[in-house]
Amino acid sequence: MPWFDYLKPLADGAWITVQLTVFSTILGALLSFIFGIGKLSDNWAIRAVSIAYIEIFRGTSLLVQLFWLYFALPIAGDAIGLDLRLPPVVAGVAALGLNIGAYGAEVVRGAIQAVTPSQYEAATALNFTRRQTLWKISLPQAIPEMMPSFGNLAVQNLKDTALASLISLGDLAFRAEQLRNYTQDSTTIYTIVLLMYFGMALVLTAMMRVLEASVGRWRGARS
Amino acid sequence: MLFGITWDTSNGDLAFALSILPILLRGMVVTIQATIAGFAIAMVLGLIFAVLKSVPLKIVSWPTIVITEFFRDTPLLVQLFFLYYVLADYNIILPAFATGALALGVQYSAYMAEVYRAGIEAVAKGQREAAKALDLSASRTFTHIILPQAVPRVVPALGNYLVSIMKDVPVLSVVTVLEMLGVARIIGDQTFNYLVPLSMVGGLYLIMTLVASALVRFVDAKLPKRGLPFK
Amino acid sequence: MSEPIIKFEKVVKSYGNYRVLNDLDFEVARGEKVTIIGPSGSGKSTVLRILMTLEKINGGVVSVGNEPLWHEQGPNGLVPAREAHLRKMRKQLGMVFQQFNLFPHMTVLRNLTEAPMSVLGLSKQDARERAEELLQLVGLADQLQKFPNQLSGGQQQRVGIARALAMRPKVMLFDEPTSALDPELVGEVLNVIAKLAEEHDLTMLLVTHEMRFAREVSDRVCFFDQGNIKEQGTPDELFTNPKEERTRAFLKAVLEG
Repeated sequence: MPWFDYLKPLADGAWITVQLTVFSTILGALLSFIFGIGKLSDNWAIRAVSIAYIEIFRGTSLLVQLFWLYFALPIAGDAIGLDLRLPPVVAGVAALGLNIGAYGAEVVRGAIQAVTPSQYEAATALNFTRRQTLWKISLPQAIPEMMPSFGNLAVQNLKDTALASLISLGDLAFRAEQLRNYTQDSTTIYTIVLLMYFGMALVLTAMMRVLEASVGRWRGARS
Repeated sequence: MLFGITWDTSNGDLAFALSILPILLRGMVVTIQATIAGFAIAMVLGLIFAVLKSVPLKIVSWPTIVITEFFRDTPLLVQLFFLYYVLADYNIILPAFATGALALGVQYSAYMAEVYRAGIEAVAKGQREAAKALDLSASRTFTHIILPQAVPRVVPALGNYLVSIMKDVPVLSVVTVLEMLGVARIIGDQTFNYLVPLSMVGGLYLIMTLVASALVRFVDAKLPKRGLPFK
Repeated sequence: MSEPIIKFEKVVKSYGNYRVLNDLDFEVARGEKVTIIGPSGSGKSTVLRILMTLEKINGGVVSVGNEPLWHEQGPNGLVPAREAHLRKMRKQLGMVFQQFNLFPHMTVLRNLTEAPMSVLGLSKQDARERAEELLQLVGLADQLQKFPNQLSGGQQQRVGIARALAMRPKVMLFDEPTSALDPELVGEVLNVIAKLAEEHDLTMLLVTHEMRFAREVSDRVCFFDQGNIKEQGTPDELFTNPKEERTRAFLKAVLEG
């Protein structure tokens, strides 16, 4: 097979990779804010749940989490009489999102804590509630600071989607392995695939830069 | 049965867990070995890249920047497959463990190079100028002025990557390295009980990363910092 | 003297072993303009920060408008105040900070309207009218769409004053409002404060190093030293005829320094 015949099946796989990345990054971003803010809560129960989530998903391996959700969760569900068999795409998005969300939560927490104490003093003096302070004072100043780290995490997430091929999701890495099995043309296929991942990462990085620049405006106009 | 150890599937989950623990611990040893091997390769490769990046010749520094960016932006799994199959095509046959360690090393060398560069650049420019004013040779400046100040700065970052590498080792199971997750998969495949071994791997991983992080903090605290301008 | 709006009774504030306020007794009458002077570390700013509930006290009672600030009435006497009580009490107070502490991500207008809208529940229209009126007062009516970092320090501090006034406090606290400013910008801020003191019946409590200004604007000057009031009186008494040796030494140092 000439090399360009590989492109069609690989492009199909790349499309799945893109979708996996988008959905799991969105899920991860949501979890980042929920648990990153949760870790700073006054309520000890919310704080405990947030810390447990962050430590468990940062402290274990993504592949272990993925396999656990795909292979072990159905058995755990069985034991309590629930059908928890997840379709591969759900297990994949869930594992990727939960994993990246735990790292993102630390980014969110750090950025909120980095807002200078004098801003909180001003908020207190103006009698804002804690919730108003979070939404109107902390987050608008913290989000621009989170963006570079979020950009790195998004690229990390794109790379991590390759692991979903191991639970037979038809992403780019999966298609590559299928083609290689079929043609044995390892060098050509894997070179193309690496370049495709590289290209996607560069595009994603550029997109995150645009996003970063657009939220940067929240910091107030530069003099 | 694995590594000559049999498991007990007929006396409940606890007995099963206890019977497979020694097998998982065998896998853990491989996990730790792969972590250390991958980390060592990444440290050396990373240093080479850091030096090449800082060469003032664009013909050297630019390709290095592109290559490290490429290593950093492509998935470990795909890099691993590439090494595993493509090297074999050229009759370079490496054991699975060596291939895996090499893939880890390649992936993380790009991150390491960045850590070294940041560490060296963080040493104040004034220090270099002071060394020049004292007429120290370039090599002596590097070994006596820059390195002693840069090393304590990079240790925490390197330590974080050590822990990251440890969490990436399970990927090596796809090329038949029998690290902890691979071992757990085999037990699951044979007993149809994935819940117990996979949950145990999760728990053991938590312990390993906690211990490794504590170790990194310990080493960091032991490094001499006196007289260094830390923030 | 009419009834005090602010009252400190045997107030203690310490950081570890260091006592910033040492059994402080201190009163401010309604509408009174009081300036606090003294060496650094004498606890001057702490008085304001305690009133703004930015710092807790370790002993004694602080009252604002005859109600304890840091305590509320429990079944068996005073108990430490909860957030709801603090929020109620804070309504009476406004603060101007040394470093302005404007919100950098908001325009001048939003710096002034955000709290009146979300805390006091003003409509957008009312908040805007109030903001424009106050910006007129501080002489920045034409800057309302600027961001703080597009303004000079003096302008930022005037916005800070307007922002505090937008909450219609009964007591205004000024914590070294000109210390962070370049010398040529101090005047414009002091002018605004002087105008406020003249035209409004606000109670004002001011910590400053500007002695001449303190003399012009205040009804009473308190000299703080080592966590307590060493000497107080009308500006004329204190500046022309200080009784205490410490006061004389301090005034000599700042006026000649």
